[in-house]
Amino acid sequence: METADVKTNAAKDLSFFAGTKEGIPIALGYIPIAIAFGLLAKSVGLPNRISIIMSLLVFAGASQFVAVNLLALSSSSWEIILTTFIVNLRHLLMSASISQRIENRVTKGWRFLLSFGITDETFSIASLRPEEKLSPNFILGLNLISYSAWVGGTAIGVFLGAGLPKVVQNSMGIALYAMFIGLLIPNTRDSRQVFILVVLAMMINSLLNWVSLFNFLSAGWNIIITTIVAAMLGAIFFPEDGEE
Amino acid sequence: MQNMNLWLIIIGMAIVTYIPRMLPMVLLQEIKLPPLIKRFLELIPFAALSALIFPGILSSTGSTTSAVIGGIIAVLLAFFRLNLIVVVVGSILSVFCWETLLV
Repeated sequence: METADVKTNAAKDLSFFAGTKEGIPIALGYIPIAIAFGLLAKSVGLPNRISIIMSLLVFAGASQFVAVNLLALSSSSWEIILTTFIVNLRHLLMSASISQRIENRVTKGWRFLLSFGITDETFSIASLRPEEKLSPNFILGLNLISYSAWVGGTAIGVFLGAGLPKVVQNSMGIALYAMFIGLLIPNTRDSRQVFILVVLAMMINSLLNWVSLFNFLSAGWNIIITTIVAAMLGAIFFPEDGEE
Repeated sequence: MQNMNLWLIIIGMAIVTYIPRMLPMVLLQEIKLPPLIKRFLELIPFAALSALIFPGILSSTGSTTSAVIGGIIAVLLAFFRLNLIVVVVGSILSVFCWETLLV
């Protein structure tokens, strides 16, 4: 009873502003990556306008890097679009998961809008909130600061045409991983089930990445397969929430 | 590079990226899901985050060593439930220090 009260009291603020605040670590991680993207796009001869529009319309980091690399290799349009699809398919799982966490009264229109902003990072922050249901304003704030950082960073990259010093770039590379760790670790402390699931998922993903038998799978497929297998095993062996 | 072709590629990319993001969010709203699937969806954040972290983190910085150090610092700071910004900045600084001290 008491812990339930603490939980609801500790996490009540689901306003738009709270969403933007929670998104600050994402923005911090996105800006250097987006700058790097802008620079890469410029270096392969993509017009500035096109690079920014890609960030505005696609808003998916890894796939944009891949697309620009493929463009530089003069790959076919279909190959680029198909690769983008595969790289971003994991959002299907994230969208399914977060769909259950949005307040029931939220309209379809809101859902069309909010789903555009689902990335690995916004999903992580939103889905690991303690509240059972999330307000659309909170998610909008979270998505909007992340989106602004991504598009803004791209613009900085293409217009300034100069990157951060190599050592700064290298160190910033860890930012989003550190954020994922920061979100995940407290949950592994609270729940043995989550701890086991995390170890299992990392083992599965390592196998898929390092065992040559699975070399034919891309990193995108590895993440999709790992997520499905680990979450399914978790659902079978831990059907109940085991929080003490 | 043909500008027209670039536009088509970007629009194609935008569509194939948006559809997987949008469909479950819009379609799974009112469907009553069986408990196994509900639990599966609840556990996806932990499974997906784990897969996103490892082993990708190992190649996120200039060297595997600095990435491991940054990762360990992040784990330690997160273990003590420090604010997310502190975890992120602490990890970045640890990698930065390691890489500047070595070069």
